[in-house]
Amino acid sequence: MSIEIINVTKTFGNFTALNDISLEIPDGKLVALLGPSGSGKTTLLRIIAGLDVFDANPKSDIRFKGRSVIGHRIAERQVGFVFQHYALFRHMSVFENIAFGLRVRRGRNKFTRQQIKDRVMELLHLIQLDTLERRYPDQLSGGQRQRVALARALAIEPQFLLLDEPFGALDAKVRLNLRRWLRQLHDQIKLTSVFVTHDQEEALELADEIVVLNQGRIEQEGTPDEVFHSPKSAFVMDFLGSVNLFHGRIEGASVIFDSDIAGKKQIFVRPHEIDLLPVNPNGAGLSTTVRRVQLAGSIVKIELLDKSKREIFVELSHEKYNVYRFSTGDTVFAVPQKSVVFEEDYSI
Amino acid sequence: MKNFPSKIAGGIVPVIIVTLSLLFVAFFLVLPLVAIFVEAFSKGYQAYIDSFKGEYAWSAIKLTLITAAVAVPANTLFGVAAAWCIAKYKFWGRNALITLIDLPLAISPVVAGMIFVLAFGQRSVLGGWLVEHNIKIIFAVPGIILATVFVTFPFVARELIPLMEEQGSMEEEAALSLGASGWQMFRRVTLPNIKWGLLYGIILCNARAMGEFGAVSVVSGSIRGKTNTVPLYIETLYASYATVPAFTMATLLAALALITLVIKTTIEWKIKRDRKTASK
Repeated sequence: MSIEIINVTKTFGNFTALNDISLEIPDGKLVALLGPSGSGKTTLLRIIAGLDVFDANPKSDIRFKGRSVIGHRIAERQVGFVFQHYALFRHMSVFENIAFGLRVRRGRNKFTRQQIKDRVMELLHLIQLDTLERRYPDQLSGGQRQRVALARALAIEPQFLLLDEPFGALDAKVRLNLRRWLRQLHDQIKLTSVFVTHDQEEALELADEIVVLNQGRIEQEGTPDEVFHSPKSAFVMDFLGSVNLFHGRIEGASVIFDSDIAGKKQIFVRPHEIDLLPVNPNGAGLSTTVRRVQLAGSIVKIELLDKSKREIFVELSHEKYNVYRFSTGDTVFAVPQKSVVFEEDYSI
Repeated sequence: MKNFPSKIAGGIVPVIIVTLSLLFVAFFLVLPLVAIFVEAFSKGYQAYIDSFKGEYAWSAIKLTLITAAVAVPANTLFGVAAAWCIAKYKFWGRNALITLIDLPLAISPVVAGMIFVLAFGQRSVLGGWLVEHNIKIIFAVPGIILATVFVTFPFVARELIPLMEEQGSMEEEAALSLGASGWQMFRRVTLPNIKWGLLYGIILCNARAMGEFGAVSVVSGSIRGKTNTVPLYIETLYASYATVPAFTMATLLAALALITLVIKTTIEWKIKRDRKTASK
């Protein structure tokens, strides 16, 4: 294991940001810390980097490659940190930004001028900004700044790469491109990396492993496939994509819906796992009215209202939609294909 | 972005307001400034030069320079340190410190001088000890320097605190994560980011240090050739009806003010330009 976090707690006054977290980051993997704001994900990343310290406790430890780094300052930890808003040095050119980590070295590890130049040029090539070394940060686009921040972090040949909301400040199109580029870069350099995000799509697409955090605790960790298809809690199910909440009971393989909430189980169904039929098949469907149909896009999105005016969201392929072509005002029966029940009570 | 609409509608009212402001400025600022130079040269060029020749004139100028040479660096160091901890850290007593920094601006300089006389004068507790050890503070150069440091200490800190708060500490953290030591971080990242604000604070601090009258007048005792700074010397000369020498010395302070204004305007322009490129 390359990074081990053992029983780490962090409190800010009365607020518990991290509650007894234990986590292992496997070698060479790209790991996402995913959670809503206030879940403690950024705090955890900063603690790994040494930018924040966790609450003193003899049980707590952070180890890099098996060795404790407690008491090591950030400069000694040799981690590449990419900040949310890049934190590029505004008064330095792109070249000087990337060269910074090499220039501040002293003593035996000092670089010659030529070595620094070679290394910076190599990194500029890696981030595909070969000709922009004389520009200043304010002359770059958001995506270019992001890549310079990455190159600057990589220049010190870090043991690990830590990225705080790496795409948070970019617009949607740039974000998508940069995401793919970062994934390719990771496959190329194989540096153990941890990134923080609140965007489930980003985590699912980019990461080898996802750690879902909520209120300072780890809800679930696993591959994107695992956390998406086998969520361990209602929170994970809800956070990793949209979900419908029904009330009812389960009899054998089918769900019996009940509009009366009291005492009933909560049943979670993803929008794409609901079928719509014009007639009620053996009484198992939920009677609903179509409120809105959105045809633009790769799938058809349909909003339904049940008898007690609760919203239900359904996603159908165009192919499936074209069988019945429901429109606003029609009465349809919703039949869940796959549902999940959690014991705890949860409100969306 | 346009700063002003090219023409303000509204007829006669703006014209009256602008005229009044210009008259006010001319009467209260330009006229006195011109008067200083007119008076200083009223007995001719030679008399102006002669006014500098006295031993007391030189000692006053020397003392003013020494005082500024101690007070300005001291308050630069203090100002940077205070602004640093206030802007980058949250700690107990932070608000109290911010308020205390403003104290010298809120208090009358005369009272500030009195405080030092009370603290270090012969009749104070500390004064007895000082007399025993033959250290003279009040009615001596150390007292003048202390009073000047006190009066001028808000300038650098006040200039830097908002600037550093606005910049946050992300770049500093980035520097540390790249292996920089604390000093390297300060020299290579913090200092270049605050340089114009710092320079601005320093020249304001310097202008006040050289021009301070009230506090210094209480602690100095105005001993000619010993504890007279330029402002005190001007007052002494003027009180003894030596008008030409008094105004001659005053031209020095007026020139200092004009130079300060030029530097200040240049720096303001530079800061504005930096902000503009930063916000692009």
